[in-house]
Amino acid sequence: MRRPAAASEPETRAQERRRRRALSIETASQGQLIWWRFRRHKLALTGIAVLALMYGISLFAEFFSPYDKQARFEGFENSRPTPVRFFAAGEGLQGPFVYGLERSVNRETFRVQFTEDESAPSAIRFFVRTEPYKLMGFIPAQVRLFGTDGAPVFLFGTDRLGRDVYSRTVSGARISLLIGFGGVFVSFVLGCLIGGFSGMSGGMVDEVIQRVIEVLLSIPTIPLWMALAAAIPRDWSVTQTYFAITIVLAVVGWAGLARIVRGKLLSLREEDFIRAAKIAGATSTSTIVRHLLPNFVSYLVVHVTLAIPQTILGETSLSFLGLGMQPPAVSWGVLLKEAQDLAAVAQRSWQLIPGIFVVLAVLMFSFVGDGLRDAADPYQ
Amino acid sequence: MVRFIARRLTIMVPLLLLISVITFAVIQLPPGDYLTTYIAALRESGAELDDAEVENLTAQFGLDKPIYVQYIRWMAGIVFQGDLGWSFQWEKRVNEVIAERLPTTLAISISSLFFVWLLAIPIAVVSATNQYTWFDYLFTLIGFIGLSMPQFLVALVTSWVIYDVTGWAITGLFSLEYVDAPWSWAKLLDLLKNVWLPVIIIGLAGTAGLIRVIRGTLLDELRKQYVVTARAKGVSERNLLFKYPIRIAMNPVFSTLGWLLPSLISGQVIVGIVLNLQTIGPVLLRATLAQDMFLAGAIVLILGVLTVIGTLVSDICLAWLDPRIRMGADA
Repeated sequence: MRRPAAASEPETRAQERRRRRALSIETASQGQLIWWRFRRHKLALTGIAVLALMYGISLFAEFFSPYDKQARFEGFENSRPTPVRFFAAGEGLQGPFVYGLERSVNRETFRVQFTEDESAPSAIRFFVRTEPYKLMGFIPAQVRLFGTDGAPVFLFGTDRLGRDVYSRTVSGARISLLIGFGGVFVSFVLGCLIGGFSGMSGGMVDEVIQRVIEVLLSIPTIPLWMALAAAIPRDWSVTQTYFAITIVLAVVGWAGLARIVRGKLLSLREEDFIRAAKIAGATSTSTIVRHLLPNFVSYLVVHVTLAIPQTILGETSLSFLGLGMQPPAVSWGVLLKEAQDLAAVAQRSWQLIPGIFVVLAVLMFSFVGDGLRDAADPYQ
Repeated sequence: MVRFIARRLTIMVPLLLLISVITFAVIQLPPGDYLTTYIAALRESGAELDDAEVENLTAQFGLDKPIYVQYIRWMAGIVFQGDLGWSFQWEKRVNEVIAERLPTTLAISISSLFFVWLLAIPIAVVSATNQYTWFDYLFTLIGFIGLSMPQFLVALVTSWVIYDVTGWAITGLFSLEYVDAPWSWAKLLDLLKNVWLPVIIIGLAGTAGLIRVIRGTLLDELRKQYVVTARAKGVSERNLLFKYPIRIAMNPVFSTLGWLLPSLISGQVIVGIVLNLQTIGPVLLRATLAQDMFLAGAIVLILGVLTVIGTLVSDICLAWLDPRIRMGADA
């Protein structure tokens, strides 16, 4: 029985690909195996792409934001987001533009409101020249991604001092996203050292360290973070506060990692290949570096990926409560502090927008962590 | 069983001691001791304090003693007299400040625990028995989002949406006329009217985690040989599910309490602050902002101890539920 050639052709190609792959699976390195499995996890790939974008934007925050994060626009306090328009009456479709906002007091509710002044459209231009500024704090630059000639554009509205919430959200990403790495790095070092020490020494030392870990994991984190953050003097500089918060978050965070390191160490110590290495005369350093670590790394990477979003959430919550980063520092938590209660949210709902980015970042990290966890054990 | 409980109780003692040490460290952490702040505040408010009075105060609080003596005095006060210290901010004993708020705090935490169970168990069972259906995917997605949202944001957004739709503003546990009223039926009813939303918000994050654990356990169990055998022998799907797999999948309900309780209490604190509930959360926030460390420390201590006790209860329940654990401990 013969099938039409056109139908069977792709099938044999797919088969061939599968056969080649089966061959190469036997010779592929562990890294390759992990990558192949990870590649199949579409959500994790999305996560990586979105996170790369977010970190990229946060690095060049000044370029991506139309205004300085501290610039105040007098007369525009608590303004709602400026609608970006593409249609003008009688002129049809055109490039994006905004109308100027006019401030007035509503006669019935006695609230300040902003209405669009349709007589004065101003176009949004891309790659505009503005006042000179310092990219990343030290590279002199003059061009910003977008801006307007006349009326200002507030994509996410303004806060109570008339500062552009969009520009502040973009700038705040830097502290919020980097504190994830900072905090996790410290807890990573602590966790590996203490967990490794605990697993290697055993006996009484191990017992004591394990109890400490158990206690740290059983105390509710937010109250503990709050109490620890209370000790940070309010008059410290932004950098000092930043490091202090990092340490506060890490003091709680290392425990989980130390437990994983120790557990893995104990189970690996009994494995035949470790014993074989010892019998073959390998020094303990080379046993650790060549045999223990490769087996460890994937677990550590997974745990770290899942710990970063927790740290981001921690900083956001602390700053929201007023115990974390302090103004003039800008982080997503500091921005959300403006939306402190129901009254603030009900009247100025746009101040919750930074929260969307917190959720997005954390969600993407969870996806990546999930993908890594599935991929970390390629021999399953 | 008695031996199991006794063993767990003895393990608890060092845990409680460690919690107290950590709490004491927290109290000692702010630079400069609280008394200096207190004296500065007294002087600012115009009180005349000479050096002798300052020394008196220092001696009264034991601040001239070495640190371990201070710790022992503090602990002895708690254990023997139930005295948690003095709150400079409230100018009351810490016990009094906390006593007002503890019942509501406990009630909300425990109700949200039951809410988590009530919601997570059925959803997890349906998700596991209908794996890869829209129901399963929907709750996996909701779970992911639930875990990624900071709880204060959930609280803010929910109360805002409710206000926007119904015009009902949630401001605390009681309506205005009942806040200072003594306890009565009407006040209790009023509490019930206001308490469900905080309970749901606090519970949501824990629910997402618990669903995943129960679902995973049940899926593992459903793939086992005995289930296949029973199915082959013609046992109805219903009996098949409820006879053994469900019972085993209920283990995580208690074994996860170790992390569920701390997360519920964490959530309870922050949601309490956002929704301005009459719980311990807002007190803790104000204490930490004012560096009233005895109060802040005492709250951390109490919450920590409550969590450890909760975990102990969960261990006992687990042993009662699962003979393997009970027997393992006795052997």
